[in-house]
Amino acid sequence: MLTKLAFKNVFKSFKDYTIYFFTLVLGVSVFYLFNSIESQTALIEVTKSGRDIIKLMTNTLSGLSVFIAFILGFLIIYANKFLMKRRHKEFAIYLTLGMSKRKVSTILLIETMIVGVFSLIVGLILGVGLSQFMSVFVSNMFEADMEKYEFIFSIQTCIKTLVYFGIMYLVMMLFNTFTVGKYKLIDLLQSGRKSEKIKLKNPILCVFVFIIACVILGMAYYQVTFKATEMTSGKAIFIPILMGIVSTFLIFWSLSGLILKIVMSMKSVYYKGLNSFTLRQVSSKINTTVISMTVICLMLFVTICTLSSALSLRNEMVSSLDRLAPVDIVVYKEKNIPEDNTACPTEQIEDSRVSIEESFEKVDFDVNKYFKDIVNVNVYTSSDFTMRDSLEQNIDEVKKEYPFLIVDGVESIMKISDYNKVAKLYGNETLSLNEDEYAVVADYENLVNIRNTGLEKGQQITLNGKTYKPKYNECKKGFLMISSIEVNAGIVVFPDKTIDELNSINSQTEYLIANYNAEDKDGKKEIEEEILNLDKRENSDKIFIDAISRIALSESSIGLSALVTFIGLYLGIVFLITSAGLLALKELTESTDSKGRYDILKKIGADKKMISKSLFTQIFIFFMFPLFIAIIHSIVGLKFSNFVLSTFGGKNLLISIIMTTVFLVIIYGGYFLITYFSSKSIINKK
Amino acid sequence: MNTTLKVENLEKYYGSKGNITKAVDNISFNVSQGEYIGIMGASGSGKTTLLNCISTIDTATSGHIFIDGKDITNMKSKDLSKFRREKLGFIFQDFNLLDTLTAFENIALALTITKTSPKNIEKRVFEVAKLLDITDVLRKYPYQMSGGQKQRVASARAIITNPTLILADEPTGALDSKSARLLLESFENLNNEINATILMVTHDAFTASYCKRILFIKDGKIFNEIVKGNETRKEFFDRIMEVIALLGGDLNAN
Repeated sequence: MLTKLAFKNVFKSFKDYTIYFFTLVLGVSVFYLFNSIESQTALIEVTKSGRDIIKLMTNTLSGLSVFIAFILGFLIIYANKFLMKRRHKEFAIYLTLGMSKRKVSTILLIETMIVGVFSLIVGLILGVGLSQFMSVFVSNMFEADMEKYEFIFSIQTCIKTLVYFGIMYLVMMLFNTFTVGKYKLIDLLQSGRKSEKIKLKNPILCVFVFIIACVILGMAYYQVTFKATEMTSGKAIFIPILMGIVSTFLIFWSLSGLILKIVMSMKSVYYKGLNSFTLRQVSSKINTTVISMTVICLMLFVTICTLSSALSLRNEMVSSLDRLAPVDIVVYKEKNIPEDNTACPTEQIEDSRVSIEESFEKVDFDVNKYFKDIVNVNVYTSSDFTMRDSLEQNIDEVKKEYPFLIVDGVESIMKISDYNKVAKLYGNETLSLNEDEYAVVADYENLVNIRNTGLEKGQQITLNGKTYKPKYNECKKGFLMISSIEVNAGIVVFPDKTIDELNSINSQTEYLIANYNAEDKDGKKEIEEEILNLDKRENSDKIFIDAISRIALSESSIGLSALVTFIGLYLGIVFLITSAGLLALKELTESTDSKGRYDILKKIGADKKMISKSLFTQIFIFFMFPLFIAIIHSIVGLKFSNFVLSTFGGKNLLISIIMTTVFLVIIYGGYFLITYFSSKSIINKK
Repeated sequence: MNTTLKVENLEKYYGSKGNITKAVDNISFNVSQGEYIGIMGASGSGKTTLLNCISTIDTATSGHIFIDGKDITNMKSKDLSKFRREKLGFIFQDFNLLDTLTAFENIALALTITKTSPKNIEKRVFEVAKLLDITDVLRKYPYQMSGGQKQRVASARAIITNPTLILADEPTGALDSKSARLLLESFENLNNEINATILMVTHDAFTASYCKRILFIKDGKIFNEIVKGNETRKEFFDRIMEVIALLGGDLNAN
């Protein structure tokens, strides 16, 4: 009997359950989707280091899922509470008929189970479906070939989803039983009869608070945009964030009263159709939900920023890799370590006497067989020549602007002929110098700026007792080490003769730059494996060389960006679901509570069209208000993150912003429409 | 005198085959412009159904209702809303004021939904407020007002559109006797000063005694009709009590 009642309840009030069901299904499918990434990456061929990064990624996502489960659990319990509230009258009837509270709980229990099982099934189906698209995205991300498409279904993830959501439903059932136990019949019978007291905020105070909020927000914006270069410590970033939160709260606190006052004074707008009613409804809604609005707005802000930045990061990293790692490998070794250096083992000191090629011979690795386009260069440092010397004129200015800069480090120096060999191989601009000239090569933006201040003024450098003047009034773009981001802090290039005669050599490092002697990707991978396995060969403990390879760089940068992208997507989507879900539930509660008001409107002759329009406007404003402020925040936030990314080399956010908009429209828009139609059916219910 | 409301052979049935309740059973009557008519009857007599049919909230099973010469029984629902807000004014037992709006805004709402130009609204609200003596409470919210004040605000909302017919459903039902008397006096005022046509449903003899004519309804049919004529209110009240005694005397059983 109870089961029959529960089934009937669920199907009868399916409309009431829509928002609840939608949230559950989205939650389940997103949960499955991101936890199944592990099984999708299993098919992708990567080297050992790439596998490690994927493992890190899936572990992180898995850990994050616990946090996500808490957020979703909270949302589900909140949604459930809303449903319970709407059914107070129904419970009252059960109780007056003499049904025990235990039996009412049982009905709820069965209902929760029905909806739970149903939503799990639909959610999992959706999740599995979406994960097929996801696998395309994943293999695209890892640049794996999509020739061998396979339908992927992860039983492990499926069980994990079932367990996590099972626990959530269990908690909810306990929660329901507890709530039912606390019910008092009189409260249930009289629920919905309370009329609210209308508190109108003092409009002058509202204007005042609003202005203060704008000023604080303006200051925060100013700091993260124009003063972004000073955001070097955690504390410096924390302050504008705090200011942003406080001002958002104050805006929500004051704006509804402010707008109400402004529109009320515009009589031709206020006294038109149901406008006065609509506006009062909206303002009382916002007034009673200032804190939730603030939280929702900030969540939306985080969502927009993480989604946009996460999606663009990967593209930035991959495209910069092509530019910044034009060769397959750079091998380097410290040369001519003095005999008396006790910090180094004798084998290393010995090995530092011979060239890289000879070191390779010790482990029976034929450089000419595996490598092509070989370039061999040296980089020196001189104890007489530090960064302080190349900035001399501006040192105070620079120190003031960049207090964390270490100016006493020795500068790297190179022969012009060596540098040109590298530049030619890399496709960078080659340089030419007169006997008394020098040039600086760098690409790390902040240091380029610092160095340019000196070069513009013709900063002279004295080396070996001879004075050199800059050939160019700015840094030349270029680098020696391959990397995934622009990190060359500066190499000073001198005429060959200068370095040949240099008597204050501090250290010398030999570089061997080469491409792998292979035609295709697979051949290159084989050579890479060969090099990675060098430490298993005989005599490998006698050589002291280091290397950076393009494949390793690419795998780690792809892995890193995949990690960030997936975390960003996961968090972003869940935050979006949560904030839209909260708004929807708030609005539905509100519609239920205001049903009486709509009945009055109908009685005094407002037609359906007018009422629907008013309802639409209310929900639209309620949904758009936090989104609008979040978007304004995001524009500034993205400017800042673009600044941060551009220290990585990023510039283009457009595609990811479009993607973010798509997510926003689907999830947020979906919730908006469901809320509108559900509200409409609530207020039209007889 | 013009006929404002004409009810012709009105019938309203509830239920289906084999089990029909005739809530309104072949009722016909006329209301002229400027009349103040009361409809009395016990619970279940059909008076509220009758009012609902006239107010276009419910539809009749058969028969016709003409308001200002227009037959409302065959109007489309879209036109009905328009008709309701332009031709009819409502006063309910439980006031039905919007708790989020001030008295002023509640009254103005009746005008704004008829697309009255915002310029005139203020002037008209103040005029009506003066008539009903609620100028002091215009800035207040419903929760700050007494029951009598609320009902007078609701009355102001009902008459501000200059409706052809004002329908009042147990307007004194939720008021104490002093407020009730004040309200009924304002109704009388409205009837006399602006010549408003009022149709009031009640089961309270004292309330009914303010009307100029009373229809008694029993089991869906008109049972009796009395006219005040030149009698005093007290004399009229006594006659009402007589009819109630005839009806079974259970009208006042509240």
